[in-house]
Amino acid sequence: MKTLIHRSPARGSNAGQKVSFRIRARTLAVCLALAALLIALAFFSLAAGRFDTGMADVFNALSGQAAGKTRMIVLEWRLPRTLLVALLGAALGLGGAIFQSLTRNPLGSPDIIGFAAGSHTGALVVLLLFSGGYYATAFGALGGGIVTAALVYVLAGTTGQQGFRLIVVGIGISAMLSAFNAWMIRKADLEMAMGAAFWAAGSLNGLGFEQLRPAVMLFCLLCLPLAALARPMRQMELGDDVALASGVAQRRTRGLLMLLGVALTALATATAGPISFIALCAPQIARRLVGASGVGLFTPALTGAVLLVLADTAAQHAFGRQLPVGIMTISVGGLYLLWLLIREGRR
Amino acid sequence: MPLALAVLGLLFVALSIASLRLGARPVAFSTLRDAFLHYDPGMTDHIVVRQYRLPRTILCLLCGAAFGTAGALIQASTRNPLADPGILGVNAGAAFAVILAVGVLSFGSITAYVWFALAGAAMAGLLVYMIGASAGGATPARLLLSGVAISAVLGGIGSSVTLLDPQAFDSLRHWQVGTVAGRNLAVAATVAPFIVAGLLLALIAAPALNTAALGDDTARALGLNLSRLRIIVIVSVTLLAGAATAATGPISFIGLMMPYAARWIAGSDQRKVIPLTMLCSVNLLLAADIAGRFLIYPDELDAGIVVAFLGAPVLVMLARSARTKAL
Repeated sequence: MKTLIHRSPARGSNAGQKVSFRIRARTLAVCLALAALLIALAFFSLAAGRFDTGMADVFNALSGQAAGKTRMIVLEWRLPRTLLVALLGAALGLGGAIFQSLTRNPLGSPDIIGFAAGSHTGALVVLLLFSGGYYATAFGALGGGIVTAALVYVLAGTTGQQGFRLIVVGIGISAMLSAFNAWMIRKADLEMAMGAAFWAAGSLNGLGFEQLRPAVMLFCLLCLPLAALARPMRQMELGDDVALASGVAQRRTRGLLMLLGVALTALATATAGPISFIALCAPQIARRLVGASGVGLFTPALTGAVLLVLADTAAQHAFGRQLPVGIMTISVGGLYLLWLLIREGRR
Repeated sequence: MPLALAVLGLLFVALSIASLRLGARPVAFSTLRDAFLHYDPGMTDHIVVRQYRLPRTILCLLCGAAFGTAGALIQASTRNPLADPGILGVNAGAAFAVILAVGVLSFGSITAYVWFALAGAAMAGLLVYMIGASAGGATPARLLLSGVAISAVLGGIGSSVTLLDPQAFDSLRHWQVGTVAGRNLAVAATVAPFIVAGLLLALIAAPALNTAALGDDTARALGLNLSRLRIIVIVSVTLLAGAATAATGPISFIGLMMPYAARWIAGSDQRKVIPLTMLCSVNLLLAADIAGRFLIYPDELDAGIVVAFLGAPVLVMLARSARTKAL
C-alpha cells in the first residue's frame, strides 16, 4: 500500500542528511483522480454557456486552431474565469487546511476566526457608507478581514491551549460583527442593501484576465513560504510538546501560517466576495477521500479547486439564471458533507 | 452558589423594573404602578408601559432564558464548549422556515410565522440528530459536522430565495437583526408554552447530563439511557431555540456565552449550571435591551446587537482566563 520514495540531496550539501517523502498509494491515486476531474470540469465549463460550443471547438481554441467568435468566447471570456475559479478554490482549500491544522479542530477555518465576518463588515462599510465600486469594496473587504483576523489572533494570546482559544475568540468577534452587519443592512435603503447582499453571496460573474493576473501572482507568492512551512505544520499537528521536542519555533511558525492562511482566503474574498464553506469543507472531504487524518496541503488545494469549479458551473447553468457562486458552494458543500456523514454511518 | 442566585435574582427584579420604566419616555414609579393597578387607556404613559414595554420585558424573560438554556444544553450534551443552537442548525432551520413563510407563501405577521419557525427548528434539529446518529451513536463531532452542513444548505437555499425576491429580503432583514422591540403580547403568549416546556425538560435532563459528562462508556455502565437523554435534549433545544428565534429573530450569542459564565460561577455541575444560565441570560437580554434604548439616542439599537457587543469582550475574557474549564 505504501511506497517510500527516498531522494538523496544534491552532492556537496550536508553529508548524510536525507530528505525522504512518504507517499501513500491511495493519496497519489486520489490526487490523480481529482486532477482528472478538475480538467474534465474545466473543459465542460469552457464548452457550456449561452453560445454553445462543442468540446471539439474548445480543443481547437486551446490549441490555437479556432478563429473568430469561438476563439474569443472560449479563450477570452470563459478561460480566464475558469482558471480564476480553480485558483480561488485552491486558495480557499489551502486556507482551510492551514487553519484546521493549526486549531486541530474540524471547525477551524478562516471564517471561524472572524475573517469572513470582518471582510463582510469592511465591504458593507465601503458599499453602504461610501458607495464604493468593485476595487474599493475589495479593498474594504481585505482590510476588514485582515484587521479582524489580526485582532482575534492578538486577543487569543500566545500561551497554552492556542487552538481552542483562537476559535472561541474568533466566534465571539464574528458574532459581534455579524450582528453589526445585520444592523447595517437593516438601516440601509433597500436597493443598497440588496446590492450588498449580492456581494455577500460571492459572485464570479464578470471576472476576466484583469483579475486573473494579480491573483496568480499573489497565489504563487504565498505558496512559496507555505511549502517551507508544510513540515513544521505537520509536526505541530502532533501536539505542542512534540513540536517543541522536534525543535519547531512554534510561535513564529504559527503566526506565519496564520498569516498565509488569512492571505489566501483574503485573495478569494477580495476577488469574488465571500465564498463560504470551501475552506471548511475541502480539507474534510480530502481527509475522507485519502483516508488519513493528516492530509498535508496538496490534496485539500485540489479538492477546493474541484469544488469551486463544480459550484461555479452549477451556479451558472443549472437554474436557468445565474446565481451567486457563494450560494452554490454553501449548498453543494453542505450536501456533500451530509452525504459523507451518512455514508460513513452506513459502513 | 446561593449568593450568586440571590445577586442574580435581585438584578433580575431591578432590570425588569428598569425595562418597564426607562426609554425614550421615562415613567415614574407611581405611574408604573397605576399602569398595572388602575389602567387608563387614555394615558399615553400607561399605553407605553402596557403595550410596548411589558411585551418587551416578557419577551426578554422568555427568550433570554430560552437562548441561554439551549446553548447550555447543547454544550453539555455534545461536550463541545463551542456549540450553540446556531452551530447545530436549529437557528438556521427556524430562519429558513421563516424565509419560506415570508418569501414563498407570503405570510406577514409574526404570529403566523412562529409556527413555521418552530417547525423549521424541529426539522433541522431532527435532521441533524438523525444524520449525526446514523453511525450508531451521535458523537459530538458528528453532530456538530452535520449541524454545520445542514445550516449551510438551508442558509444557501434561503439566501437564494431572498436574493430573488426583494420584498421578502426587505421583511427578513428586519427580522434577522434579533430584537425584542415591536412585538405584542400575543407573540409572547404564542411562544410561552413552548419555551416553558423546553425549560422544564432542560431542568429534568440536568442530572443525567452530569452522568453523561463522564464519557459514553462510563455513563452506560452507570445505567444511563444515553439515547433517551439525547432525545430529551434535542426536543428541549428545538422548543427553546425555535420558539425564541421565531419571536425575536436569531440572537445566538447568548447561548454561546452565558453557559460559560454559569460554569465560571458554579463549576461543571449541570444542576447548577442550567438554572444559573437561565438567570444570567435573562439578565443579559434585559440589560442589553435597556442599554439599546439609550446608546444611540434618539435612535434605538436592537438587543441582538447590544448582546453581541457586550458579549464578545466577555467571551474573550473568559477564554483567556485560566478558570474556564474545557468542559
